[in-house]
Formats: sequence, C-alpha cells, structure tokens
Amino acid sequence: MRIGIDVGGTNTDAVLMDARRVLAEVKTSTTPDVTSGIVTAIAELRKASPFDPLDVQAVMIGTTHFINAIVEANRLAPTAAVRLGLPATRALPPLVGWPDHLVAAIKGEGYLCHGGNEYDGRLISHLDRDEIKRVADDIALKGIRSIAVSSVYSPANPELEVEVGDILSEHIPGVAVSLSHELGRMGLLERENATVINACLRELAGHICDGLSGALTDAGIRAPLFLSQNDGTLMDVDFARRYPVATFASGPTNSMRGAAFLSGLGDCAVIDVGGTTSDIGILQNGFPREATTEVSVSGIRTNFRMPDVLSIGIGGGSRVRLGEPTVGPDSVGYRIRQEGLVFGGDTLTATDIAVAAGIAEIGDPDLVAHLDRSLVDAVLAHMSREIASAVDRMRTSATPLPVVAVGGGNILVPDVLEGSGKVHRPEHSGVANAIGAAIAQVGGEVDRIFAVASGTRETVLDAAKQEAVDRAVAAGARPQTVQIVEVEEVPLAYLPGNVTRIRVKAVGDLVFEPALTDTGARRAH
Amino acid sequence: MPTDITLTDLPDLARGAALLGTGGGGDPYIGLLLVSEELRRGRTITLLTTDEVHDNDLVVASAFMGAPTVVVEKIPSGDEPVTALRTLEKRLGRTVDAIIPMECGGLNSMIPLLVAARAGIPIVDGDGMGRAFPELQMETFGVYGVAGSPIAICDSNGHTTVIDTGTDNKQMEWLARGVTIRMGGVSYIAEYPMTGAEVRRTAIPGTMSLALRLGRCIREAREQHQDPFEALSRALERSIYGSGRVLLEGKVIDVERRSSDGFVRGTATVSSFDGDTAVTLTFQNEHLVAHHNGRVLAIVPDLISVLDAQTANPITTESLRYGQRVKIFAMSTPAIMRSPEALEVFGPQAFGLKDPWTPVEELTSI
Repeated sequence: MRIGIDVGGTNTDAVLMDARRVLAEVKTSTTPDVTSGIVTAIAELRKASPFDPLDVQAVMIGTTHFINAIVEANRLAPTAAVRLGLPATRALPPLVGWPDHLVAAIKGEGYLCHGGNEYDGRLISHLDRDEIKRVADDIALKGIRSIAVSSVYSPANPELEVEVGDILSEHIPGVAVSLSHELGRMGLLERENATVINACLRELAGHICDGLSGALTDAGIRAPLFLSQNDGTLMDVDFARRYPVATFASGPTNSMRGAAFLSGLGDCAVIDVGGTTSDIGILQNGFPREATTEVSVSGIRTNFRMPDVLSIGIGGGSRVRLGEPTVGPDSVGYRIRQEGLVFGGDTLTATDIAVAAGIAEIGDPDLVAHLDRSLVDAVLAHMSREIASAVDRMRTSATPLPVVAVGGGNILVPDVLEGSGKVHRPEHSGVANAIGAAIAQVGGEVDRIFAVASGTRETVLDAAKQEAVDRAVAAGARPQTVQIVEVEEVPLAYLPGNVTRIRVKAVGDLVFEPALTDTGARRAH
Repeated sequence: MPTDITLTDLPDLARGAALLGTGGGGDPYIGLLLVSEELRRGRTITLLTTDEVHDNDLVVASAFMGAPTVVVEKIPSGDEPVTALRTLEKRLGRTVDAIIPMECGGLNSMIPLLVAARAGIPIVDGDGMGRAFPELQMETFGVYGVAGSPIAICDSNGHTTVIDTGTDNKQMEWLARGVTIRMGGVSYIAEYPMTGAEVRRTAIPGTMSLALRLGRCIREAREQHQDPFEALSRALERSIYGSGRVLLEGKVIDVERRSSDGFVRGTATVSSFDGDTAVTLTFQNEHLVAHHNGRVLAIVPDLISVLDAQTANPITTESLRYGQRVKIFAMSTPAIMRSPEALEVFGPQAFGLKDPWTPVEELTSI
C-alpha cells in the first residue's frame, strides 16, 4: 500500500491506497513545521484504517513549501551564479531582471566566465580553469554556500557545466552546485534563473527532506519517500534535495492527476475549488497540459515545466456581495470556520450560499435561512457562468470536453456546466490532490537541437524517443509501462541544414519493489 | 521634433514590433532587456523623424541576422552591433550620423536602439521593411536604388568581416548568410550606407513610432476592457498603413512546419469556433498568405499576424500550437511597399507563390 500526502498552505490531506483502491482519507491542518502535521495525518490514517507501517511501500508527498519560500523571500541560502559564455552574453549578466528584494534575500553574486558552446557544439571560447578558480576563491571569501552554473547551449552540450561544477566543488568544500542543463530548457536567462532559484533553495530542501524522512521514521515507516514534480511525475527524496525547484507547481498537478484517476478520464478539464480560488487545468493523455509561455515566479522569468492553469477568484471562502452579485476575489481563506455565516460569523461567503441553496451540508443552515432564495440563485448562476467561461477559455477544441470537479469546495461547481454538460464529481474528490501524489508516475525527457539530414527524420525522432524512454526507466519507471506522451519539433529558423529542436517526454508507472532505494534510481540523472 | 525613447515606452514598442513582425523576426523580449539595461545605466535614445535627418548625413541600417532562437541562448555581448557600425565607418572613412532600423518587426526593432544608446547617435524613425522579412535584399532602400554593400558583420567574439557585392543586394544576402552560420547562427550587421536624402526617398517613415503606438493601444484597450482589435484598426486607419481588420477568430487546428534552405516553411489552419470556416496561413518565417477555400484573403507584402484572441498578444510562427485561440489580423502596407519594383523584390512571386498580389482592402472578407 501507498500513502499520498498533499501539504497545502491551509490543509494537509492524506490518503492510504492499496493499488487503485482508496482505503482511507483524512484532512488535517498544515503546521508551521510541516513535520508534525504529517505525523498527525499518518496517525489519523491509521485510526481510519489500521495498517502496519512496515506494509507501506512508498510515501508520496506534494508540497508548496519551496515555492512559498521564494514568494516570501524567506530561508534562502546565499547564492552565486556562474555563467560560461564570454565574450558572448556580457550584455545581460546573471540575475538581470530580478526583483531587488530577492537579489538581496539570496545575497546574489553573478560571475561571467569564458566557455559555452555554439548551436552546433563548437566552443564560443575555451574554458579558463584559472579564471574559475579565482571565482571559486571569491565565492568562498564571500561565504556563499550554493552555486548555480549555467553555460550557453548546455542543454545540448552539458560537459562544460559538469567540469566547472567539479572544479567549484573541489575548491569550496561543502558547497552545493546546481547545473542548468539538469533544470531547464533552451533559453539561457530563463534556465539560469531556474538554476539560481534551485540553488538558493538547496539548504531549505535539506532541512525539509530531513524533516519529512524523520516524520516517516517516527511513524515506523521504512518505505522510500518521493516528492511530486511539476509535471505529475515523482522524484525520490535525494533527488528533491538537489532539485527542490522541480516541486514548484506540484499542487495543481496533483489535483489534476488525482481527478484523472478518480474519474477514469484521460482527456478532460479539471476544476479544483479551494478556499480562495478555483484552478482550471486541462488533462491530455492523463497529464496536465503544460504552459508554453515563460512562467514568472515572483517576478522572475523562468521556463519551468509548469501546468497551464487558469485561476479565478472563486473558492469556498470567497466573499459574496448580493444585488448585482459578485463573488471574490477576496476570501476569508482558512478563517472560514470563524467568519462564515454558517459558522456563526458575519461574512457572507460562497460556502454560505451553497448551504442556503441546500447543495452543501456544513455548519448551521438556520444561520443562512434568512437569505432571499432568488438572490441565492442569482449568486449560484453567477458562479456557474464564471466557471463555465473559464473552462471554455482553457478548452482547445470544439469537441465538448468532460469536466471533473475536485477539491474541498467542489460543490460550488454546478452539476451541469454550460458548454461542457454534466460535471463529474467522483468519490474522494475532496482529496484528489493527495491521491494525485499517491499515483504519480516517473518520466524522462529529451529537449535538444538535432541536425536532421534529408530522409533521416524518422531515425532521429526514434533515437530521441528511445533516449526519453531510457531516461524514464533510469528514473525508476517499469519499462513495460513507459509510453511517449509528447513529441514536439521546432525547426530553427534562418539556418540551413534542417537544424531542429526536438522535445520528447516519456512516462511510466513507478516500480514498487522494495529494492528501489538500493538501485540508486533517479540518482543516475 | 526629436523625441526620446524611454524605459516605459519599451514594452509597448516590443509588443507593436511583434505585431509588425507578422509571425517572424523573433521575440523582442531579449532585445527589450538589452535596451532596458542601457537606459537604466543612464544612456538615452533620441528618435529623429525622416524629415529631421540632414541631406548629407551618413545613415546606416542596423540589425541582427540569423536565428532568433539562437539569440535567446547565445545572448550578445552588447558590443557586436556597435563594432559592426565602427567597422563600416572605418571602411567608408566617415563617421555615421544616425542609424536606421533594417526592419521594424520583431527583435530587430530593438537592436538599433541598443546601438543608438551605446554609440550615442540618434535613430531614424523609419525602416526598410515596414514589417519583418527573411532576407537582406528585401528592403525598400535597395528597391529604390541604394546598395546594401558594403556590409559589416560582427560576432560575439568581436570578429568582423566586410562584404562588398557592389549593387547586387541578393548576392550580399547570400554571402552574409554563409558568414552568419559560421559565426554561430547569429551575427550583427551594419549595411545600406546612405545619405539623409536617400533615407527620405527610400525608407518607410514613422514605423518605430507606429510600433510604439500600436503596442500602446493594445495595452490601453486591455486596461480599459475595450476591444484591442478595434483599437488597432482605428490606429492603423490614422497611419500610412491605412487599414487593419480581423480575418477570422478561431482555434489553431493544425500546424505543419518544415525547415528548408534555412527557413521555416509551413502552414497553419485556424478554424472558427463553430467549425464552419477555416483559414489556412502559409508562412516562410513570416506569414505570407491567408486562404479561405482556395481564395486569397490577404497576401504579402500586406501584413498577416496571429494574435491571442483575448489579449491581442502577437504569437510568432514558432510558438503557434494546436488549440490556441487566436484572431488572424491583416494590415495593408504603405504605398511605398506596393510599387511594381517593390513587389518584384518582396511580393508574392519573390516567395514562389502563384497567387497574384491584390491589396488586402480590395479582397472580400469571409
């Protein structure tokens, strides 16, 4: 059996699953130290469905901790960015375009060095090892403990980053090194930014991963611990220590994957209604559709693999104004149990409307009995229209797309949505996010520039696909289950010779053999 | 009167330039960052109208050449386009008085601004393409008799070369393209040295300030919850371009790209939401022609851009993908781009299209 846990800003949800069966589900409050909240959640699960901790084969956790640390500019390590590319790239040094407060929060230092590759693999300039050593001395002198290394065209030519990472590690004992080719795609600045974000989270990731592992040990669980990544796949805890940035958008991803699992739909729209917002995403082949444009995190431009999510300000705690009705975007959030009318508070919320309309049973319905039924209906109709229109904006074809409603506030989504038809509301949909964590898969991706000589396109594509499959298997996927879920080709303009950027993603089910931790899966990245 | 381009102008200018890029020319974002950094360092950019250039001034066109996808990885040192300019000056034995953009569409709207800021010389409000085109001979400067040569080319290592093909601008393009590939897929150029009088005779005037106005009107319409497409049409009617209209609103239902001879060629099909009407776009880096049931709706050199249906943000041909909700927007070109000699250089036949050129405003819409 497996345990899936979603640590959100307000709630920590947990599920116990045996293969595809949900044995128990619990909702507890998130605690500031995370660990005790998880200990509580596991204890509650055991109360709901007694199990021997040694029977747990894997624990999967989705957390918003790392993205929140960036948003709050809190608990970030002093970080240096070392870029290889001189004399090119000098016009825009590392950390360009970053908000000042974040540069200050990471005591950010940028270094430009020689090296880097051309699009065809030739060197821009030779690596200068003495230059790197001088940079290492300066970094050590400044007391910086984490370094992001980026190099021009490193997604196609990672060698220089690896070499420089080794030199830096050798010269600065104990320093953490993050390499850009492991974190991002083409687009130097966005990839470098992602690497710097990762670097400044490394220490926090160490603490959190220790805490999570400790919580499991305390609960008597010996099973491996995995964290959810943005794209719905998993990484093991040692990988998470090194690549915390990969957890950034795991929250919405887990909800969507959970919705796919619970509803049995691989292609659908998912509405996850929380306390403050409804997040709408699209599932394709059971995986969230990724955003194609650059994603800004706290004002920093990145090219993370993030799900394409549209958020609207309608949630269970959204403040409702009658008359020409409006709902949200302001919300009482986690204070709903004090401030909502049905809980004896004096703020009219979306939850109160649902209770007054008789579609939800929570709190004291007498406290909303005075509400004019026609006004209540008008608010419901308003929310229904807003949600329907948001779903419509996310739809990508004229064919009707099934809609699945999940999350604690999913009751706010009407049974029939204009333009989409009947809304699926599967069992356990309130904890879809924790289920999404529990059923996550592992993936492998290739994103590189290939020279495609005439008549060789199929051969080149096949090679890229095989490499993606191999990477998925190396990351712990059971080979028989691995399938290609995405193939994208973008020819590079203006250059002869059919130079093409090919992106392939393969995913598969996680191997659940206990031997997993011994094989070093996902450490062979 | 000369005006300054300010930090707050740049995002609007980039947006407008992406619109005039007609799907090609690259995302102006890197250029926007490059120029923003210069202005933050206290440098200034002065924009001159074509009337403000003196007859005997030496004016040179400035641009990057090559793959925009390379620029987002191999960011310039910032010196390259200035070094190209200095190299050309040395060759000509004269100091350049002002620069002019080669093309106002896409990333190349920004590179000349970088040169203006760094070299401290004014930039002329106008360009040689009025949009984006894939090749160096496709400029009104050359159409009306200015030689592109000598052209100075510089890479990020500061290596330079000068190519002189006399009055053969097509051969200049051919040789410069080869050098650019050897330089790592992107180079920075200074070309079409000409007098102020020649600028007035051959340039498309006011295109930089037009890009700025168009970009601004998209943003302001969005902020005021008005229709950005109507705002664009109104702004174009007040310009030398004359008109702009939505050909179709719908979803991208097919994109097919292939790379040949150094260009991205392909087609994209947009279908109306009810599925009844479809428009097919044919592109070679930039959109060349829009067809509906085999009938031409708009054709090069008139401008065809694909914009996000809600935000009116321009979408490049490289980032077009299945499922995007878009509006196809067509704009007429100024008269200077529609003469027989102009059409010979960048009309439909120059791109191997069979359809004859007809002004977009004379074609019936769907």
